[in-house]
Amino acid sequence: MWKWFHMLASPPHFYRIAGITIPWFAWPALVLILFGLWGGLVKAPMDYQQGEGFRIFYVHVPSAIMSMFIYSTMAIAAGIGLIWRMKLAHAVAAASAPIGAWFTFCALATGSLWGKPMWGTWWVWDARLTSELILLFLYLGYIALRSSIDDPQRADRASAVLALVGVINLPIIHYSVVWWNSLHQGSTMFNPGAMSIEMKWPALAMLFGFMLYYGAVLFVRLRAEVIRRERNAAWLREELAR
Amino acid sequence: MNLSDFFYMGGYAAFLWPAYVLVLSVLVYNIWAARRAHQEARRAAARRLQMEETRS
Repeated sequence: MWKWFHMLASPPHFYRIAGITIPWFAWPALVLILFGLWGGLVKAPMDYQQGEGFRIFYVHVPSAIMSMFIYSTMAIAAGIGLIWRMKLAHAVAAASAPIGAWFTFCALATGSLWGKPMWGTWWVWDARLTSELILLFLYLGYIALRSSIDDPQRADRASAVLALVGVINLPIIHYSVVWWNSLHQGSTMFNPGAMSIEMKWPALAMLFGFMLYYGAVLFVRLRAEVIRRERNAAWLREELAR
Repeated sequence: MNLSDFFYMGGYAAFLWPAYVLVLSVLVYNIWAARRAHQEARRAAARRLQMEETRS
């Protein structure tokens, strides 16, 4: 098991295996997202309070879940990198940050587009929205910190500490609608009985599609990270000659 | 339901369609950006290897 693990973590093996794996994430992701779009825009019945406008749900909620899921992945990878000094784990954290930042941006922007017709405002400084905005700043701070340090090992360690400190924001986002009074509605997706199955399955399809999509994009970015960090010329020369 | 009803979205079209277009554009952009980062890393590595070769 450990032998296999070390082999996978060795740059040439990882680079090759990642290359083979990407389509296995990408194509199912495309199918699930298309399925989710069709379900969310066409098949799902309209909401009795929000009419057709609630369909923003199908891009907003999966984006918001991804923004937090990717941050958790990033923080766990950064922690593994710090404790076991695994370069590949640091690479996972570094490669996740831009993807997570974009999902956070999507969650905020689609939330704003949903808020205007339903609440009458694009933005309120309430706990849910503010903590999600802080998540975006955490991602951007992480990316800025990495790019400001030239030495990759120091950049890995410093940014990993930032990623771990930022974890405190995740439960705040999650429980913000419970702890504080908020315009933002509570959780419907993981609240049994809040949504009928015809309404829920397109959101689940979108969410799993987004997760596989994240896997595919992460692996492309990881391959770039592996090359950037590689000093052992032999396999790289062979690989680049292909 | 006909097609114009579908695009009208019960009056929410001005909010709903931008949200969908935005998210899908971000998804496409991220694929492009990741592939570009990979290509750039390959090019940079090729340059580095060539420099090492000429030096030795």
